[in-house]
Amino acid sequence: MREFGYQRVSDVADAVALLGADPDARFLGGGTNLVDLMKTGVERPARLVDVRELPLDRIESTKDGALRIGATVTNSDLAAHPEVRRRYPALTQAVLAGASGQLRNMATVGGNLLQRTRCGYFADVTKPCNKRLPGSGCPAIEGEHRNHAILGASDHCVAVHPSDMGVALTAFDAVVSYETADGPGELPLADFYPPVGHTPHLETALPPGALITGVTLPPAPVAALSRYRKVRERASYAFAIGSIAAALEVRDGVVHDVRLAFGAVASRPWRARAAERVLRGAPAGGETFAAAAEAELATAKPLPHNGYKVTLMRNLVVGVLTELAEEAAR
Amino acid sequence: MAPAPSSTYSAITLNINGEKYALSVDHRTTLLDALRERLDLTGTKKGCDQGQCGACTILLDGRRAVSCLQLAVAAQGREITTIEGMAQGERLHPVQQAFLDLDGYQCGYCTPGQICSAVAVLEEHAAGWPSAVTDDVRPEAGPPPLTAEEIRERMSGNLCRCGAYVSIVQAVARAAATDATDAETAEAENTAEAVA
Repeated sequence: MREFGYQRVSDVADAVALLGADPDARFLGGGTNLVDLMKTGVERPARLVDVRELPLDRIESTKDGALRIGATVTNSDLAAHPEVRRRYPALTQAVLAGASGQLRNMATVGGNLLQRTRCGYFADVTKPCNKRLPGSGCPAIEGEHRNHAILGASDHCVAVHPSDMGVALTAFDAVVSYETADGPGELPLADFYPPVGHTPHLETALPPGALITGVTLPPAPVAALSRYRKVRERASYAFAIGSIAAALEVRDGVVHDVRLAFGAVASRPWRARAAERVLRGAPAGGETFAAAAEAELATAKPLPHNGYKVTLMRNLVVGVLTELAEEAAR
Repeated sequence: MAPAPSSTYSAITLNINGEKYALSVDHRTTLLDALRERLDLTGTKKGCDQGQCGACTILLDGRRAVSCLQLAVAAQGREITTIEGMAQGERLHPVQQAFLDLDGYQCGYCTPGQICSAVAVLEEHAAGWPSAVTDDVRPEAGPPPLTAEEIRERMSGNLCRCGAYVSIVQAVARAAATDATDAETAEAENTAEAVA
């Protein structure tokens, strides 16, 4: 590991100033991803600015009915929060489906959004990787890619974003707040991760040196009936091979409102807007759900070894929406 | 604000099991390595050293964490509890006793991490935290019963290569029951005192 300086900050302005003064510096939150990557040499910061003690650890309801989640709130505290469990149960389920109890106690909301892909070629510094070393190539396209992207990938990178939390946040239209030396800003999570294109190394639309300060969930009555389902290669403590966050509101047998997002299929949490368009106003039943899945997956471009994901996601859409419709009818 | 000093090491004080330890650490030092290599607290084990096995589990401010991904310098100011701090004198923690009584181990290498994790699992459950196998996570549903399925999910961050999981689950269940009995006994005693 490269030697590095360390500084703990208790003030957002100090944090932003320190990072702005040093392009080789990184913010340290829970460290569950960054420290791991530093051990393997994927990340080689010259300085860590420890932001864990910043006063950004609150979850608050705002006057307009939104829920504001501070960036240093731990995954555990987010999942356990009564308002999250009541108003956005799929978010609690998504967080609890990720990592382990130990890691959820350490990891933070801001860090979760910035975590790196678990693509084996990205993690191995002896291999080419366009994300880690732009222009060096992508061995995954011809190599090991059974857990890689089927949606929105490019010839330059087929890695998937590993977050579970981000999938539920994307379904519920979360907005990311950040601070820079030039002042604060906001980014809808839908615009937070740019398309891969030929720049897979540009992973977020955050300005350079920006510090995520929080995430805001707008009011979404539909989210009260929501579910996160994750498929993985073992029963617990593994990254997804496919996941879905879904919320459904049915009135008189017709889909009144719906939210759908997919995980582990793209370089970012994938909002399934084509599917949502098919669903809104249509009868809440199996045929509609299957048509919605088809609509979203029509643009899927599976690689030789990950075609199963198309079937998997279709089944997840139909299965979870069917369960939610049955629950709504109760 | 002026750029930070470029030093790559710091003099720190760690609060471990109620005692203060002063040491100078290279910033690259993980809490796990500081405990084992610098402070001779070797009860905490190194397994994978990349946050995947749970052998190095300790408590940070009362919550379980993997010490292999925790930088020592960033642990300054926090209350650290290791396996060495679980017993009260000669009296084992109820979780330790349950692991002993029910053979919740085979080779024992993962056991300190399993025990630290289990201690935290009981507290998380008592605080009403749901898990990934909890059917209804809404607060109105109340805390789920600590079934074998719940214990397995909550303990899934601790791997046991010997495969002693069956007895580990039993030990955690036994400790949970002991906890509940203690609480009921204490409550009964309080009630008795109040009546008297």
